[in-house]
Amino acid sequence: MSEDIQQKIPVLRRGFRFQWEPVQGCHVLLYPEGMIQLNGSAGAILAEVDGERSIAAIIGDLRARFPDVQGIAEDILVFLEVAHERFWIELR
Amino acid sequence: MNGSGSSFAKPGHTPGPPLWLLAELTYRCPLQCPYCSNPLDFAKQGEELSTAQWIEVFRQARELGAAQLGFSGGEPLVRQDLAELIAAARELGYYTNLITSGIGLSEARIAEFAAAGLDHIQISFQAADEEVNNLLAGSDKAFAQKLAMARAVKKHGYPMVLNFVTHRHNIDQIERIIELCLELEADFVELATCQFYGWAELNRAGLLPTRAQLERAERITNEWRDKLAAQKHPCKLIFVTPDYYEERPKACMNGWGNLFLDITPDGTALPCHSARQLPVQFPNVREHSLQHIWFESFGFNRYRGDDWMPEPCRSCDEKDRDFGGCRCQAFMLTGNADNADPVCSKSAHHGLILDARREAEEAPLALDELVPRNVRASQIICKG
Repeated sequence: MSEDIQQKIPVLRRGFRFQWEPVQGCHVLLYPEGMIQLNGSAGAILAEVDGERSIAAIIGDLRARFPDVQGIAEDILVFLEVAHERFWIELR
Repeated sequence: MNGSGSSFAKPGHTPGPPLWLLAELTYRCPLQCPYCSNPLDFAKQGEELSTAQWIEVFRQARELGAAQLGFSGGEPLVRQDLAELIAAARELGYYTNLITSGIGLSEARIAEFAAAGLDHIQISFQAADEEVNNLLAGSDKAFAQKLAMARAVKKHGYPMVLNFVTHRHNIDQIERIIELCLELEADFVELATCQFYGWAELNRAGLLPTRAQLERAERITNEWRDKLAAQKHPCKLIFVTPDYYEERPKACMNGWGNLFLDITPDGTALPCHSARQLPVQFPNVREHSLQHIWFESFGFNRYRGDDWMPEPCRSCDEKDRDFGGCRCQAFMLTGNADNADPVCSKSAHHGLILDARREAEEAPLALDELVPRNVRASQIICKG
């Protein structure tokens, strides 16, 4: 993914809500009549999506929090790409 | 059978949490759709739960893990406390869905619900042309009102699902239906072929499409999906086929009492919308906690696990996948809710499904022969 994409700001699509569900023990993405159960890393990435920070800033933050994870930037980009393709997020 | 002290929980079987709560707030409805999923005897059901009782149901279900809440009916808009219920549910952390015909909606109410925190509005249509729509709905003004309200929903920034129940009298308009949904900027479109419960079962001979109609509609839907994908268009088309053309039954409700919790207007708790017709005693939220209802009541444990299954399900290697299909369909068609769903080609009663398919080809009923869903018809059908 190019530098260009990294300057974009991801934002949840209107009608999509991200929240922690204690009974399920995971973060979920809620949308009209549906719910996606997120794994730990997907949850950690979407928790950073606040509609203000760019993808580059999110990568920087997660890299600082998880310095031992190899290839974290690539993982974040791949996940956000999938989330974008599936219309969970928009890139502004 | 369901005294509050006794537990019917099945040893070794742990049900999933009730992630989906459906609040059927009322059976009152201004429309008369002949495929309504409400029970035939809706006119003699008991008093509706109060505002406080509903909010207590929401609180308890949320504690058990419910995350999606559907406000349904009947027509939920006839409840004057709807905005209050929405606000309470949203406060508890639910994703709140209003499932409505659009009749009784206004821009003022849309704004009021938005302020209360409503997440999403689904509007159902009967057809893509005014005449058929209004004939099915039993109302002259329904179509124009639905169009106006769909536009207002988008104007107020909600995500919108448009739902078309399709059947033999409107399924050939599928292309026009999809075009209309795109014009109205729907985010999701449900093209749901009639499921045969409640009034739809009563009217099945006038509703079930032929296999050729169904295949054509599915082909056109797939062509539109490709077109939308090529345009990177966010609208998603959801096509629901009727199980009458399958050879294996659906995994109804993802298993009995395993995901879905329905509370009817009078507070009866059900594992699906149509289970009330079964010869099974179901608990009521006026008498029991949802904790007891979900985990321990007789009704919610009746068809959990597989120890209740007779043949051919008992020895079938697919029983963990489809749970023997739908208990209501087994009951309606064979008279015994324990039986395999007749949709399954292994069922001794599969001939009933073949007969229904043949009837759709050879002896269907016309649009004006359908029995409308209204109080009078309910009282005639279900006397006493």
